[in-house]
Amino acid sequence: MTEAGPPRRGKPPVFLERQSYRRRRVIDAARVLPFIGMLLWLIPLLWREDGEVAVRSSSAILYLFGVWILLVAGAGLLSAKLAAQARDGGSDAEARGGEAF
Amino acid sequence: MLNTLVFVGSAYALFLFAVAFAAERAAMRGQARWLRSPIVYTLSLSIYCTAWTFYGAVGSAVRSGFEYLTIYLGPSLVLIGWWWILRKLVRIGRSQRITSVADLISSRYGKSNLLAVGVTILAVVGTTPYIALQLQSVTLSFEVFGVGDIATGEEQGHTALWVAAGLALFTVIFGTRNLDANERHNGVVMAIAVEAVVKLAALLAVGVFVVWGLSGGVSGTLEKIDASSLGQWQIDGGRWVGLMMLSAAAFLCLPRIFQVLVVENENETHLRTASWAFPLYLGLMSLFVVPIAVIGLEMLPEGSNPDLFVLTVPLSQGRDGLAVLSFLGGFSSATSMVIVAAIALSTMVSNHVVMPLWLRYAGGGAKVSGDVRGVVLLARRLSIIGVVMLGYLYYRLSGGGAALASIGLVSFAGLAQILPAMLGGIFWRGASRLGALVGLTLGFGCWGYTLFLPSFGAGVFLPESWSTVGPFGIGWLRPHALFGIDAIDPLLHAVFWSLALNTGGFVLASLASFPGPLERLQGAQFVNVFEHSAAPRSWTGRVAQAEDLMIMAQRILGARDAQRLFEREARRQGMAGTLPAPTPNFLETLERELAGSVGAATAHAMVGQIVGGMSVSVEDLMAVADETAQLMEYSARLEAQSQELARTAAQLREANAKLTRLSVQKDAFLSQISHELRTPMTSIRAFSEILRDTTGLAPEDQHKYSSIIHDEAIRLTRLLDDLLDLSVLENGQVNLNLREGLLSDVLDRAVAAAAADEHGARLRISRDPAAEQVWLNTDLDRLSQVFINLVANARKYCDAARPALEIRVHSSDRLVIDFVDNGTGISPEAQDVIFEKFSRVSDQKAGGAGLGLAICRQIVTRLGGEISYLKGQGGAAFRVVLPADIAMAAE
Repeated sequence: MTEAGPPRRGKPPVFLERQSYRRRRVIDAARVLPFIGMLLWLIPLLWREDGEVAVRSSSAILYLFGVWILLVAGAGLLSAKLAAQARDGGSDAEARGGEAF
Repeated sequence: MLNTLVFVGSAYALFLFAVAFAAERAAMRGQARWLRSPIVYTLSLSIYCTAWTFYGAVGSAVRSGFEYLTIYLGPSLVLIGWWWILRKLVRIGRSQRITSVADLISSRYGKSNLLAVGVTILAVVGTTPYIALQLQSVTLSFEVFGVGDIATGEEQGHTALWVAAGLALFTVIFGTRNLDANERHNGVVMAIAVEAVVKLAALLAVGVFVVWGLSGGVSGTLEKIDASSLGQWQIDGGRWVGLMMLSAAAFLCLPRIFQVLVVENENETHLRTASWAFPLYLGLMSLFVVPIAVIGLEMLPEGSNPDLFVLTVPLSQGRDGLAVLSFLGGFSSATSMVIVAAIALSTMVSNHVVMPLWLRYAGGGAKVSGDVRGVVLLARRLSIIGVVMLGYLYYRLSGGGAALASIGLVSFAGLAQILPAMLGGIFWRGASRLGALVGLTLGFGCWGYTLFLPSFGAGVFLPESWSTVGPFGIGWLRPHALFGIDAIDPLLHAVFWSLALNTGGFVLASLASFPGPLERLQGAQFVNVFEHSAAPRSWTGRVAQAEDLMIMAQRILGARDAQRLFEREARRQGMAGTLPAPTPNFLETLERELAGSVGAATAHAMVGQIVGGMSVSVEDLMAVADETAQLMEYSARLEAQSQELARTAAQLREANAKLTRLSVQKDAFLSQISHELRTPMTSIRAFSEILRDTTGLAPEDQHKYSSIIHDEAIRLTRLLDDLLDLSVLENGQVNLNLREGLLSDVLDRAVAAAAADEHGARLRISRDPAAEQVWLNTDLDRLSQVFINLVANARKYCDAARPALEIRVHSSDRLVIDFVDNGTGISPEAQDVIFEKFSRVSDQKAGGAGLGLAICRQIVTRLGGEISYLKGQGGAAFRVVLPADIAMAAE
């Protein structure tokens, strides 16, 4: 008798196989992305507003919209990965939990 | 010019009608797939960008620099972080069949209608000024083209009225086509998507014209920006953060956004696409705002309304076509917002306000289910007209001045009050109805007092003195300086205090209160929606539904009955096939049929699951649990009964076996007794005949024969005596002759009598004389009769080579006398019948009639004791137990 059989129901395994592990990490990335975006968009709070050293509006536009483009690209990338994983048969139910790593 | 504009506007409106109509037709023909692509979903979200943002963003940029961006950054972050909140909201919306944001709050907190009404009021109050703002912007844009033509406010009012009427008509036609508020409005969504494209294209076109047509490319534009009054980065840090948060909150709470985001959502995966596509859309919408503002400031005369730069910049350059496109963009922004907001608000008003009232006062309860559908439709249509007209009235009454311009953020702040209850509801199971009620009330009240009422201007609703010295002279209650903290931006002040009081009240009241059962179940369903609801199933087309219903019905009703039912219904619907369309009527019939088999609640839940693709509602679950509990109780009772029956049956079987044995014994006894009676009778008859017929008998012969006759008569008499004795004892007619005597004397007599009965005593009897010194007060003759019988039995039946009988006596609280011999004993199957009448252990030693032990038992019972067979003593062993009051004292 070996213990190599499928894990018993009701007791999820502690470690996931590689594919599920990747899926979890993509979801983690999707969770983190808005906080990165918020952080980047809060950076203008630190900019100097007075005198010669003040940040010029053209730089501000380039920065803010640059962040925007990066965020959209990041979200698009993650969305595509999630979609690909969903097609590969990874169920949403499997992806929702956070109990195994 | 104005005529052209009216023509273009009308043509565009007709075009939208056509698009909506075509989309509805396509959906009805089952070609809705391309109508429901993720891109259409994303575009429909663009109703977030109203005329306020289309025109107002440029004005805002002129007035306060980059602050306008916050309105777009917040929702972008919400979409990018869709995995946190939106995914859950959409799943809950789909599995619970949520129809509006008020419905969401109400469902979560135990289907409380009070909460629903509260949220509805909040939504109407918060949205009406916003609708007025849209009407104003359309009117203003008309005015731009008609400068010189129209000057009077009267004409403006007419424009607004016409627009309002047209929008109400469109919304009534396409917003209430379906009975089910949860069904998708294909036409409306399609029209909105088209409008989203138009407004984006318009703004991009103006932007491209400004950047490449007027400023000489990107670098030229950037230089111009740096050189303008907006050239330096200047923001209020508090407002930058605060407005970003506020717009994010409002994006989740605005009824119209909720409508397209959750209610109209067709497929959860669309959210995945929207997570990047919608931020992209917002980015494009805001990209050219600053350049347009800068060019407008540069080219247009001082004092021009910056809110209309999007229109006036192309016009000033003689680009009428571009201006008309821009006008259509603004028109699209305004109309799409009004349409969706009217649908969302009318759903709330009719579901949570009109219908409960109607059902209470006119409906006579829910039993008139046929009529209710019509009433719902009518209520929803009237609500739409009411909401749009309310917006128009607000516009007319407020005069359409600058008071309206700031109403966008005021409205945002008001609707953001829903946020604590919403987020608490979907993430915290402890959130309770009371908490939501307290939080909403506090937040709404604080918002109204600090922001909404003052927004009408000092002295309109709140006395002017209130803002300077506070109400009734209480300084720390001034609307703009609550608790004495002044010098904050009024908007931030209101947002901070209202949300702080709201959240605080919500949390504290939730912690202190105890939710009802429905509330707790709903809470679990909402918070753990991903555990409770299966992955969304998509029922494509109606045939699949009917087939699924068929499969389920066959499983419950049986194949033949189910097929007959479906065929009958199909014929009634006038269809040729065997599968009827899943109309409400058919579903009702099917549910009733199923209810006959599985109970009403279960049937409802099953049909609902297939038709609605939703999870079972809590009420259904509770009803099912009720039925199940009843069934379980019933089956438990059945089980107890069947166990009792089994016990009774076992007892009956035992009794029957005993009776059968007794009957066999009786038969055996009857033949025995007739034999016993017959033998002496035969000899008596024979010898008496000899005496009678034979003359000259020798006297010794005569004496011998007479003696035989006499002996046989005595034997007969003894047998009959025994029988009589037994019958007397059994009938309880015996009189006990109580005397005092020693047990040893009684035993002596019994042993002697038994020995006298038999010739040549071979039985060795061992006794314990010391223990036998017990005085008795009982019927000594009867008792000795018992002992004689037991000793005689041992003598007769003990089959040992050297038969021996031991008589043991021990007296404790009762007197116990054991008679144990060394024979083989009595077989186990015979043990429980030896005390019965006519019972004889074996046939080969036919000494008696089998009455001895039966008589013994009757006697001992009469004496108040008991006699039993002792098992496991080596040989046959009988125990006589006499009560203590018989045994007087051992001296």
